[in-house]
Amino acid sequence: MSEEEFEPTIIAFCCNWCSYAGADLAGTSRIQYPPNVRNIRVMCSGMVHPNMVIEALTKGADGVIICGCHPGDCHYIEGNLRAEKRAEAIDLMLEDFGLEPERFRLEWVSASEGPRFAEVMKDVVESIRELGPSPYR
Amino acid sequence: MEHKRALVVGGGIAGIQASLDLADAGVEVFLLERGPSIGGRMAQLDKTFPTNDCSMCILSPKLVEAGSHPNIKLLTKSELLGLEGEAPRFVAHVRKHPRYVDEDKCTGCGICTTKCPVKIPDPYNVNLDKTRCLHIPFPQAVPGIPVMDASQCIYFKRGKCRVCEKVCPADAIDFTQQPKDIDLEVGAVVLAIGSQEFEARLKDEYGYGTFDNVVTSIEFERMLSASGPTSGHIKRPSDGEEPARVAFLQCVGSRDLQVERAYCSAVCCMQATKHAVILTEHLSGVESCIFYMDIRSYGKGFDRFVDRARDEYGVRFIRSRVSSVEVDPETDDLVLQYAVDGCKLRKEKFNLLVLSVGLCSNPGIEALVRRLDLEPGNHGFLVPSSFRPVDTERVGVYACGTINGPKDIPESVMEASGASSAALCSLAGFPAREVSQRLPPEKDLRAAPPRVGVFVCRCGINIGSVVDVPSVVEYAASLPRVVLAEERLFACSSDSQKTIAEAIQEHDLTRVVVAACTPRTHEPLFQKTMAESGLNPYLFEFANIREHNSWVHQKEPARATEKAKDLVRMAVAKAVRLKPLTKSRLPVTKSALVIGGGVAGMAAALDLSTQRYPVTLVEKDEQLGGHARRLFRSLQGEDVKAFLAQTIRKIESDERISVHLGTEVERIDGYVGNFHTRLSDGSDVDHGVVVVATGGEEYRGKDYLYGQDARVLTQTELEERLGGDGEALQGLESVVMIQCVGSRDEQNPYCSRICCGTALKNALWLLDRDPDTRIFVLCRDVRAYGLMEPRYQEARERGVVFVRYEPDARPQVSNAGGSLQVRLKDEILGEKILLRPDLVVLSTGITARPGNKPLSQSLKVPLDADGFFLEAHVKLRPVDFATDGVFVCGLAHYPKDIGESISQARAAASRAATVLARDEIESEGKIARVDEALCSGCGACTEVCAYGAVKIDADSGLATVNAALCKGCGTCAATCRVGAVDLSGFSDAQLAAVLECF
Ligand code: FES
Repeated sequence: MSEEEFEPTIIAFCCNWCSYAGADLAGTSRIQYPPNVRNIRVMCSGMVHPNMVIEALTKGADGVIICGCHPGDCHYIEGNLRAEKRAEAIDLMLEDFGLEPERFRLEWVSASEGPRFAEVMKDVVESIRELGPSPYR
Repeated sequence: MEHKRALVVGGGIAGIQASLDLADAGVEVFLLERGPSIGGRMAQLDKTFPTNDCSMCILSPKLVEAGSHPNIKLLTKSELLGLEGEAPRFVAHVRKHPRYVDEDKCTGCGICTTKCPVKIPDPYNVNLDKTRCLHIPFPQAVPGIPVMDASQCIYFKRGKCRVCEKVCPADAIDFTQQPKDIDLEVGAVVLAIGSQEFEARLKDEYGYGTFDNVVTSIEFERMLSASGPTSGHIKRPSDGEEPARVAFLQCVGSRDLQVERAYCSAVCCMQATKHAVILTEHLSGVESCIFYMDIRSYGKGFDRFVDRARDEYGVRFIRSRVSSVEVDPETDDLVLQYAVDGCKLRKEKFNLLVLSVGLCSNPGIEALVRRLDLEPGNHGFLVPSSFRPVDTERVGVYACGTINGPKDIPESVMEASGASSAALCSLAGFPAREVSQRLPPEKDLRAAPPRVGVFVCRCGINIGSVVDVPSVVEYAASLPRVVLAEERLFACSSDSQKTIAEAIQEHDLTRVVVAACTPRTHEPLFQKTMAESGLNPYLFEFANIREHNSWVHQKEPARATEKAKDLVRMAVAKAVRLKPLTKSRLPVTKSALVIGGGVAGMAAALDLSTQRYPVTLVEKDEQLGGHARRLFRSLQGEDVKAFLAQTIRKIESDERISVHLGTEVERIDGYVGNFHTRLSDGSDVDHGVVVVATGGEEYRGKDYLYGQDARVLTQTELEERLGGDGEALQGLESVVMIQCVGSRDEQNPYCSRICCGTALKNALWLLDRDPDTRIFVLCRDVRAYGLMEPRYQEARERGVVFVRYEPDARPQVSNAGGSLQVRLKDEILGEKILLRPDLVVLSTGITARPGNKPLSQSLKVPLDADGFFLEAHVKLRPVDFATDGVFVCGLAHYPKDIGESISQARAAASRAATVLARDEIESEGKIARVDEALCSGCGACTEVCAYGAVKIDADSGLATVNAALCKGCGTCAATCRVGAVDLSGFSDAQLAAVLECF
């Protein structure tokens, strides 16, 4: 890998109601973004257990992003706010595991934000590319 | 009639939607289609604007649903001869023409079609290539049964052949079939008989039929399509070369008095823009150029699409009529001559010319209309009144789609649902038809290890042109537990559903993975196939290799292929661990809440009440009527005041409708079938569905001296004066109207759709009062779409002057020594103009209500970028939300006129009726479950549940989940520290398995 440019692998947990739909819209609008991202559909951003984030990062992902509805828009009232609270815990866990905090992100993407989904993904891929591979890789 | 029964005539998307709505609301439907399969024109389209969604992909699930619905009886190759009786008791005389294939015996294997020796032009591909005389109309056709063209069959011609009969394993070929007449007793009739394309040869100056490289828009649509004659490779007809320069000519057979078509066909501007965009995606570097009179991108998201076409895809838009088309005999290129800047003639060469042919009626359609004792109106369309947009002159007979005038797919779908609601109203006195669909018992899977079948979809070229599908299939076959991996051209077609069902039996599959498009639209289709094959529908997993892969990595096929393999591997890993789930049944509160008492809200309320459902109608003002209270005339000139008064009277005297004036919704809890709402007047309402009809707002700004000079008014203010005593309007010498005020600008980058029509209405009204008034309309495009166009012509004939301005050179209005002055630069002539009008009338746009935001949040439904409510699917679910049981209509959705609001409102009522007609609904199977062996009873999960669905059981001291309350968000599962709570379908083990192998 050393010679070639490092291609990070990103896991994106996308809530079914907003962010997964936003990713679909990026698709129907044919907005291109790098193929480094693997989307995992979840019902709500609030259902992603911190262990899942750590699990992904220790199993070879270079970055993890959770995407949910904007505050106030969560299909389940406030799952996204739970996710936001948990993000702090996740940051601490990253430290314990010797992982940089930049490897995890939480973003809000609505169903009408296809362009934003692509933007966010581009940005994540670029920043992780700069950061380099996960130590667990 | 022992139960509700209706006839739907026409199997295009409108007829299909009307049938599905009626069928879901407990009506037995006969769906009549003249051709051999349903699908209509939409089945021939490659993509749909403005999202460029794949047309067949979104249509196919509807075809399958209509073809397999227990309440729908398809009658293909059938025509309506006549209709006797009166509503609600009609007898329809139907003739079923021979197909020469026994529909009951045929299995659709298609062997006969491969052996038939006669080749004929393929009607599905508008004769651009050949099919067999005995053929299945198209791969996704429903019914997927061959049809014979008897006029071409050599057995019928010469008495010899019958090869098909010999090879048919089911003994289904029947040369003796004769036309069969059937009488059907029905209570209501929905006409969805559509329209056809304009015959391009009638405009021979454009060379269609003479020059090889001139094609029509529908031919081009087939050329773009992966299932078309060239498999989606654009080749020009003369030499098979890829064109480098393509021109699109708008308004061929539209807005053209020479061919007696005074109307606008409403869809061609967007269709051509779509074509130009897709063309650029197919052939990078291609130059495309659209010649137009006005770009009529008046629908939701249309202007943005046109902007993208221009700015990102480099499509050239040229406002000019092409005066001649000549051919270069050496190269077969076409030389177009057109005027620029009003006078100079320019010639330009193109390799291919696409004629945007309009939509029109035809003698066959008109004859059918007459057989029903109806009179075809203007240009052969039915042209209903604005206030009764889906009614015909005959009570009990309703009409929808392009028979009512040219329109696009979502509007046809809205009207279809609207017509369904009208039919439901007239069938209200009959009992619903109970159907219990018998499903085979579910396979017992306890002992057996999972056996996974993987189906990878090419989606025509949508996936196949980027992802190397065969290598994904090969890879999938190598994965553990996968016993079968196959590819499909279109996995969603009815034919594929059949083969998947067969594969489940043959290979004893216990898990199915489909790698195709998005589960958000297509999961239910495959789950249904699973259920019908005796597999629990939750043993299904989707890999999205289209929206999340091939469409967003178009330039990186190798990496997209790798990603597709990863996604398939992840899906298989999850599938192996899926468990069967059961749904619980919940009762439905059979009543509705309608929010908003304007025209739309009242129309929805009246329909639901007529269908015998109690309605709570909430209006924030102290009066019913909404914005229409300020109107006098509809765009067509009908009397709005009288209509409104009559409607309000009906509402007030309706015992099933309880009206809450001066009231707003405070909070809404619950879910489809079981909502509980607190209103601001303190009352609590239980209801099963919600209709959002909260309207829009008139744009208010300080532009053009508005609010500073009393002679500057909005169109609504002008109308109030015109409709009032008109005192202030005496002695007007000249009036200037300014279009697109607060529309199509940075702040509101969309078209408000009704302002051009309103300007025409009021201009003509002013002229009715005083024919000498000089009227100038300062505009960008005149969007007098559809049947509104003749009013634009009338206005011009009566002396209204239309002056174009460019967005960066807006008119300037000033007060010069007490008199109003308007200055602008004419875009076409390039001249500076100075006007001194007595009045300046601003055609102000419609904006979204700020109140949409909090309401959308309490309903858990999304808004679009402009603040209007965002429907579940812009094409096929125009009044639904992804959240079940909530519907939208009227200006809350997007600007529209009264007729469009009413048909959308009736559509919302129809969709709502599909919920209210049921006694029970099934809850989501994916709910939280507690592993009691692991639970410590700490109670963390109970604190995070927003629905109060998780409780600590007093006896056991452990967490328990109330299945009726749980919405399946999984927050509790993510909170549990010991991993005792799992969301079914997303358990820790399942997700961990996915993370094991990305
Ligand atoms: S549903 Fe999107 S974050 Fe909760």
